Amino acid sequence: MDNVTVEASALNRKYGVNTVVRDVSFTLHKGEVLGFLGPNGAGKSTTMKMLTGNLAPTSGSIKICGIDIIDRPKEAKALIGYLPEMPPLYKELTVDEMLTLSARLHGVTRINIKKAVQVAKERCGLTEMSGRLIENLSKGYQQRVGIAQAIIHNPMVVILDEPTVGLDPIQIREIRALIKELGGEHSVILSTHILPEVEMVCDRVQIIHKGQLVFNGSIEVLKQQRHGNRLLVGLRNAPSVEELLKIEGVEEVEKRADGRWVVRHAEGVAPAEAIVQAAVANGWGLYQITPDQTTLEEVFVQLTNQEVLS
Amino acid sequence: MILTIAAKELKSMFSSPMGWVILALLQFIFGTFFLIGVDQYFQTMSGAMRPEQRVGVTEFVGNNVFTMASFIMLFAVPLLSMRLISEERKNQTLPFLFSAPLSLTEIVLGKFIGLVGFLTVMIAIIGVMMSCLNLWADIDFGYLIANLIGLWLLVASFCSLGIFMSSLTQQPIIAAIITFVALFALLILDYFFASDPNSIFNYLSLLRHFEPFSRGLLDTRDLAYFVLFILTFIVFTVRRLDADRLRG
Repeated sequence: MDNVTVEASALNRKYGVNTVVRDVSFTLHKGEVLGFLGPNGAGKSTTMKMLTGNLAPTSGSIKICGIDIIDRPKEAKALIGYLPEMPPLYKELTVDEMLTLSARLHGVTRINIKKAVQVAKERCGLTEMSGRLIENLSKGYQQRVGIAQAIIHNPMVVILDEPTVGLDPIQIREIRALIKELGGEHSVILSTHILPEVEMVCDRVQIIHKGQLVFNGSIEVLKQQRHGNRLLVGLRNAPSVEELLKIEGVEEVEKRADGRWVVRHAEGVAPAEAIVQAAVANGWGLYQITPDQTTLEEVFVQLTNQEVLS
Repeated sequence: MILTIAAKELKSMFSSPMGWVILALLQFIFGTFFLIGVDQYFQTMSGAMRPEQRVGVTEFVGNNVFTMASFIMLFAVPLLSMRLISEERKNQTLPFLFSAPLSLTEIVLGKFIGLVGFLTVMIAIIGVMMSCLNLWADIDFGYLIANLIGLWLLVASFCSLGIFMSSLTQQPIIAAIITFVALFALLILDYFFASDPNSIFNYLSLLRHFEPFSRGLLDTRDLAYFVLFILTFIVFTVRRLDADRLRG
């Protein structure tokens, strides 16, 4: 496909004898937002450093829009915008100076610089901070300047390493909206360990654990795993298991320690209505019926543990 | 691109008091020595009766100022060069340069030119100050220019060593101290080996190669020495930064 923006194949990275990233391969298409998930020290940042040419992979290759980053680093880097974990900002410059510098270094032509700076500031909500020294900005605003310098040259691929760390909830929402917006025209890779964030902004998720990819797929797959086909039912005068199983669509019933029932049902059938009717007709004393959701955390733990066991 | 980085370095230099203070302080010292030189010239020359004792005003004052300048730069350059790379390392701003479409050589050259540009201003001011003598006397511009070129090359060599030391550490102060010690050792190297004039170490001494310039002599051997010195440490710095990328 010609709209592949990032192609990483068989990436390996060793620090001395420690293998930090092991055999990671993936592709990213135009307009996708890819979430990189993983516990601390899983190799997220290392992978991102390799993708942006800050670190050479021990083996494997990375292509940005078909350009190999090791063979032709300048051309490839011109297509990337990168925000590292620590926003790389010269504290002695003002917001405008910093963004102009970034635009120049990324090869924005002289006549377009002013406009590029203006657009980047608007997108990141920095218009009122133009003349302020970066040193005097709050962490949240510094983070925004970091994002602004990454998107100023309108790159094909935007790589953000934990972009919402240290922001307040309102800012987090704004940044998430910005990332979603960026996903429209650019490809975005972001790393995080905040699970709901991935669910909100990403189209695809990769879970990395101990340097290996343990999950790579659409966010929908993860959501399905999350929602499961289970209902949590609270009954005061519970009937026998057999009676519950008689209800159409119910496949398995299990009593939980707190007296509530977990009802597993077939894919695509929703027995909730039937259960309510049966409960009313037979006087089971129904007081609660909710879909039983495994949290994303549980899915995450499951996925990372699978790898450990195998 | 190189000039963009150089401009950024100059801006950073002037946005902190450091740049201004050093510029002012050095100018004060050079001005003072210039003044003392001119003052002493009349005293000394009025006592020198025979023609062979007489020295031109350019040489007399120039020698005073340029010897002082080369010595003062030994202290000033490490203070200015120390933060070039080490501070970026400390503030973790290097990824900004590394992920921009720039080669490492461009980054290092940009920083080098920024710093040398700053010091060139200072050397230019010395030149202007010396040229002022032309209002009253007929000065020897050849001697002056040779000295300025010599001082410029010496300072540029200091800078390239300073950048390299700065790329080795995260602490600007450590970079400054190591640069100072290394430069000092290189300067006085020929004192230690004075007994053996053919020793190879003599040839490495920076001062020995600055000396012909201060006599007004442009020698390609000395030019080559300085150029090689500068290139060597710039290449070392590029290699050092490349090692960051390779080894992490």
